[in-house]
Amino acid sequence: MLTVLKHQKNNVQVVVQNNAAKIILSGDVLECDSDNIVQQVQKFSAENLKSISFEAQTLEKWDSSLLVILYETLRVAQANGINVNMSDLPQNLQDLMKLAFADDRKPTHDDSQFSWLESLGKKIIDLWETISQVCKFLGKTTVSVGKFLSGQSIMRGVDFYSALNDCGPKALAIVSLISFLVGLILAFVGAVQLQTFGAQIYVASLVTIGMCRIMGAIMVGIIMAGRTGSSYAATIGTMQVNEELDALQTMGMPATDFLVLPRLLALVLAMPILTMLSDIMGMIGGAFIGVFMMQIPYQEYWKYAFDAFTLKNFLVGIFHGFCFGIIIALCGCYSGLHCGRNADSVGLATTKSVVCAIVWMIVVTGIITIICQELGL
Amino acid sequence: MTEKVKIDVRNLTVGYGDYVLLHDAEYQVKQGDVFIIMGGSGCGKSSMLRVLTGLIPPLKGSVVIDGTDIANASMEEVQKIRTKSGILYQSGALFSSMTLAENIMLPLQQYTDYSPATIRELASLKLALVGLTGFDDFYPSEISGGMKKRAGLARALALDPDIVYFDEPSAGLDPISSHNLDDLILEINQSLGTTIVVVTHELASIFAIGNNSIFLDAETKTILARGNPKELLKNPPNEAVYKFLTRGEGK
Ligand SMILES: Nc1ncnc2c1ncn2[C@@H]1O[C@H](COP(=O)(O)OP(=O)(O)OP(=O)(O)O)[C@@H](O)[C@H]1O
Ligand SMILES: [Mg+2]
Repeated sequence: MLTVLKHQKNNVQVVVQNNAAKIILSGDVLECDSDNIVQQVQKFSAENLKSISFEAQTLEKWDSSLLVILYETLRVAQANGINVNMSDLPQNLQDLMKLAFADDRKPTHDDSQFSWLESLGKKIIDLWETISQVCKFLGKTTVSVGKFLSGQSIMRGVDFYSALNDCGPKALAIVSLISFLVGLILAFVGAVQLQTFGAQIYVASLVTIGMCRIMGAIMVGIIMAGRTGSSYAATIGTMQVNEELDALQTMGMPATDFLVLPRLLALVLAMPILTMLSDIMGMIGGAFIGVFMMQIPYQEYWKYAFDAFTLKNFLVGIFHGFCFGIIIALCGCYSGLHCGRNADSVGLATTKSVVCAIVWMIVVTGIITIICQELGL
Repeated sequence: MTEKVKIDVRNLTVGYGDYVLLHDAEYQVKQGDVFIIMGGSGCGKSSMLRVLTGLIPPLKGSVVIDGTDIANASMEEVQKIRTKSGILYQSGALFSSMTLAENIMLPLQQYTDYSPATIRELASLKLALVGLTGFDDFYPSEISGGMKKRAGLARALALDPDIVYFDEPSAGLDPISSHNLDDLILEINQSLGTTIVVVTHELASIFAIGNNSIFLDAETKTILARGNPKELLKNPPNEAVYKFLTRGEGK
């Protein structure tokens, strides 16, 4: 049987005769489709192949694609117990192949496949570890807050002010803009529906109640999770990569006092204030649509808006903001503190902090809503 | 002369979870030693250092520093040992949001009752000791890698420690800076009497500063050799150690 496989462009031929394969290389072997040839070799070796040899007298230029062919061929041969004669290859190619096969070190970590039961077990153990880590973190943070309240904390004032500056004044513009637009959208969507009943004046109530009760807090929460929570995770994560967290620990300074506390306090202080701002900007956004698009008289719009405004809704909204502040700060700091030790893991920690914060904000919103329902608020 | 044993490691197994890096290690670091922990990449030198400094618990065995077993000590005892030891991390690990002086002042503010003015002066002094006079108000991002290491050393020296640990002090430094850092280490060892533990695989440093050492081996997961590095080179106990100390020449 004689099978010839010629790769037109690339001067690589595989010739099989009497259970012996010969790989003929000629001219330039550059950017060749190595996988195709490797597959052919694999196919032949499954069919009772005994030996592989090479012919390369006229070989001129070559690149890594040829090395791939040789490397894979040798591996296939090794696996199937096929004899390989490399003596006709140029010396440098032979040396490279020796180099590639010289390394018999094994990776230290066992990457072997687990059965589904084992991987399920591993997942459960991982989950349990995460839960206990989270509990430890919450416990330590609580202790830090306790120390702060009793005046024994080692938190530096500077850190608190810089965190506050970052999540307060610097966030005003973006929070204002987004809240204004959300108020606008809320009013617009509501107006279209209410107009069909001729009840467009109630847009004022809709926007006021919507923004004050929940939308203001949620919008601020999402903005701050993306803006501040992620920056907490990235900052602290980078400190982990730079061994700064190790240094803190070996200096005997708890990271929760030193890093988490200032950020937590700053955010808990800033969030309710930002929520108020968001409420106001949302109402202005609504008024913009009401007055300019729906031609509701200015005074009338605000009369309805203020009638709909209740202290109860407002306080529930502020309370949401307060809780979101805690959640964002904790998620950000936790992700940062449990970040791995390379640059990749900082990115991962950042993503995780935002996703976690948003998920927990929604969960907590649900819980608060149910509690308010029960309490008749 | 009987020297005081500063660090006594008994029957120590180092690793992460099921993954053992080194088992049943035994060695002692004497007061005033410059003790080298050497070995190939990935053999667990940094991990050993993290056990010594209490960052990770040992899987088995004990590390006794000044008579206190750090794995079973109370928080207060550990705290006391920590204030008596300084660590220079591979990258310096300076707090990037603080100036060099603030970095050094931090442990002083935390653990001493000096007045703020004294603390400031102490910080300037420590910076001067490592050759960074006048860099008090620079941020870590504004100085070079070698300077960061020296600043990290100044911070490690802030509390006048008994033991200073170094993780790869010469990594990433040019030969001259690395030589200067070695000199600085010896200087501190001699003039302050500080016990020094250095993790490194830089041969020049090993011979220049070490007077005692252990050689960790990844394959057997044991200590393959111990003693003065120069003696080890003269009378190598086995092929692996000789290869390491002669950059892979072998016999
Ligand atoms: N947190 C960890 N969890 C699991 N394994 C780890 C962890 N840290 C390090 N290792 C593993 O332990 C081994 C030894 O790491 P270590 O950093 O101690 O080596 P090293 O001797 O300091 O090497 P180098 O000279 O390259 O710094 C490595 O194989 C690494 O994969
Ligand atoms: Mg290391």
